[in-house]
Amino acid sequence: MGTFDVAVVGAGIVGTACARELSAAGLRTALIEPGVIGGGATAAGMGHIAVMDDSEAQFALTRYSQLLWKELADRLPADGEYLPCGALWIAADETEMLEVYRKQRYYSQREVPVEILDSQSLAEAEPNLRLGMAGALLAREDAVVYPPAVARFLASEAQHLGAELILGRRVATIGDDAATLDDGIRIRSRSFVVANGAGAPSLVTGLNIQPRKGHLVITDRYPGFVQHQMIELGYLRSAHAMDSDSVAFNIQPRPSGQLLIGSSRQYGSDHPAVDNAVVSRMLQRAFEYMPGLRKLSAIRAWTGFRAATKDKLPVIGLCPGRENVYLATGHEGLGITTSLGTAKLLADLLLNRTPAIEAAPYMPDRSYALHG
Amino acid sequence: MSRGSRTADILVAGAGPAGMSAAARGRECGRSVLVLDDNPSAGGQIWRGGESHSSGSQSTFWFRTFGTCGADVISGARIIDGDAKRRRVIAETREDAFTVEYGKLILATGAREMFLPFPGWTTPNVMGIGGLQALVKSGLPISGKRIVVAGTGPLMLAAAAYFRKHGAVVPVIAEQADWTRLARFTLQLRRQPGKLCQAAALRFALRHSRYLVSCWAEAANGEGRLESVRLRQGAKAWDLACDYLAVGFGFKPNIELGLLMNCRINDAGIESDDVQQTSQEDIFAAGECTGIGGVDLAILEGEIAGYAAAGRADLAKGCFRKRNRARQFSASLRRAFALRRELRSLPSATSIICRCEDVVWQRLEQMQSWRAAKLHTRCGMGPCQGRVCGPILEFLLGLQPEAIRPPVFPARLESLAAASEMEESIDK
Repeated sequence: MGTFDVAVVGAGIVGTACARELSAAGLRTALIEPGVIGGGATAAGMGHIAVMDDSEAQFALTRYSQLLWKELADRLPADGEYLPCGALWIAADETEMLEVYRKQRYYSQREVPVEILDSQSLAEAEPNLRLGMAGALLAREDAVVYPPAVARFLASEAQHLGAELILGRRVATIGDDAATLDDGIRIRSRSFVVANGAGAPSLVTGLNIQPRKGHLVITDRYPGFVQHQMIELGYLRSAHAMDSDSVAFNIQPRPSGQLLIGSSRQYGSDHPAVDNAVVSRMLQRAFEYMPGLRKLSAIRAWTGFRAATKDKLPVIGLCPGRENVYLATGHEGLGITTSLGTAKLLADLLLNRTPAIEAAPYMPDRSYALHG
Repeated sequence: MSRGSRTADILVAGAGPAGMSAAARGRECGRSVLVLDDNPSAGGQIWRGGESHSSGSQSTFWFRTFGTCGADVISGARIIDGDAKRRRVIAETREDAFTVEYGKLILATGAREMFLPFPGWTTPNVMGIGGLQALVKSGLPISGKRIVVAGTGPLMLAAAAYFRKHGAVVPVIAEQADWTRLARFTLQLRRQPGKLCQAAALRFALRHSRYLVSCWAEAANGEGRLESVRLRQGAKAWDLACDYLAVGFGFKPNIELGLLMNCRINDAGIESDDVQQTSQEDIFAAGECTGIGGVDLAILEGEIAGYAAAGRADLAKGCFRKRNRARQFSASLRRAFALRRELRSLPSATSIICRCEDVVWQRLEQMQSWRAAKLHTRCGMGPCQGRVCGPILEFLLGLQPEAIRPPVFPARLESLAAASEMEESIDK
């Protein structure tokens, strides 16, 4: 196999995007994955390409990435199911409506196309929402994709650009000049990118990333039941509660007509089994927003683990204390969106190019990402 | 929606022959018995439609015995979730969802038809033997229609005779097994004179049909409507005009509920011991879900499971000899009618494998695992939850299905949402 310029560990959406970007830059790249391409958190999530404004850094990376997705959209294969459906941030009452106005100002100042829907236009746009919602913010350029198929596409693009895919093997350790696989084989490489999500702490010491469990339910086909990705604005409160379990109304139309219903966030649970109590809370919340969901048929429920950091920003860049190990993990619930931006940023850092967005907020050496 | 909770000494999942005999024997021993069945009425696949649609003294006896045994029966109920440790399940009907706490659980979940893909197999009027029979039972007129029956096993003969009785013409019955295996099987029938007589009677009823061995349906022709079937026998292939093509490649045990309850599964189905007990102490399994064996075996296993679940293993013992003989017969059936390798090369690049999600063969051919097939093509992600395409890919590619998660059947969102509430109310 010789020596690679870079070995990417993990072929989820972030790892495959990185491998594609690094191969495109002319680096001899290896992509190593123990399971199925896009089979981890990538497969467990919703596939919402979202612009977010929790912090300036979060906005910068999500918006940068969203525009990269728009560029890529035409080239995605049909099974990537890119659907530019837009997202509605639902305000249940006047207090939440204040947040709609604030977001509208924030995004408009930054040239993100958004629109305010009042109570009536929201009811017309989404007739299955309970009547009496205060309104919503429409983020027009939000989209959805089917992440495992996209990851597979990114991996195959990387392969066309010369990357070598090593499937079925887990990286056990990363040394200075080689990664050792679980069968003892050494993959020699000049540098490494750790992109295995919540599994990253097993490869680099001191990385503070917690698995945050989530549940999703998918229904049979009900074409037209919802038109947009919808998220309750209460989501901001619940998803931001860092220490307690939370659920929020989050629904997504799939191109098949199926509905994907979320979401939940739990810390301290490392068992992948579906927790009926959590599913129940999550669905009850969804019924509050869309009572008509009750009678629809659910086909599957499943769980996944997001790689969460303390400050809700991903960890992208050189690993402290290492000369050639880079990190690209900690994307929590935004890995699908930010995968493309992460890959650009990481390649720029690795190749000493000037990144399109400021890299500092995501650097691994910020005190809360690493300890000890 | 009701949040009812029920209890029973013995809960029987399924009201086919095995479930009926299990329930009857459990009641005979004085236990309270609840039967949950997802069909509109008892009888399972083989006695579908109830007593009026089934002939024979055997079914008459069991409909009567089951009907008068005093078991509670809830039809149209599906078990969607369960917990072996806490000995309870969650079930859903059209109206509501409820929990059942049981002392012993008897799985009698039966089997489903196994399908194999070939070009045109999704054309209208190409259907499973059982599916077509069910349609005829519910009133589909087939008088004067030409029905080709293709696949494997003795049930093809029974089905063909049934179609003839309803006025259809069955020009050909195409059996994929070869003469050598059939001859060996027929020799074994000598030990079962009853079965031999049945076979002879069927053959006589079908004297106007050609019975071709080492022969199978290679393609269904016709755009939007079936026009003919292409049959192959060795080097010879020809088209035969027909209105229906009834295919039957055997059956697949319904093991999903067993998997959910952590019962051990073996090559045949849900593993069970001499008294039909599974690897879980309080769970028994009987009938086709333990391995395809036919109605006689199902009834015997049901009786044994019913007695044993009621704590009367002594009574169960009386059925052992007959059950073991029926098991031998079913093993020889499996050997004789094992699917030949050539059937693996039937699908063309554009043959649909997963009907729910319209996934074609060329997208699946290279898949290394069931998970990869699912994630990258959506195969098995539709409402049948992989029940049709799972066995197909197991046969074509040797892919093993994944572990199972609730709901084991599609369920209303309100039932899923109520599950934990129901569990909590029991725990209190």
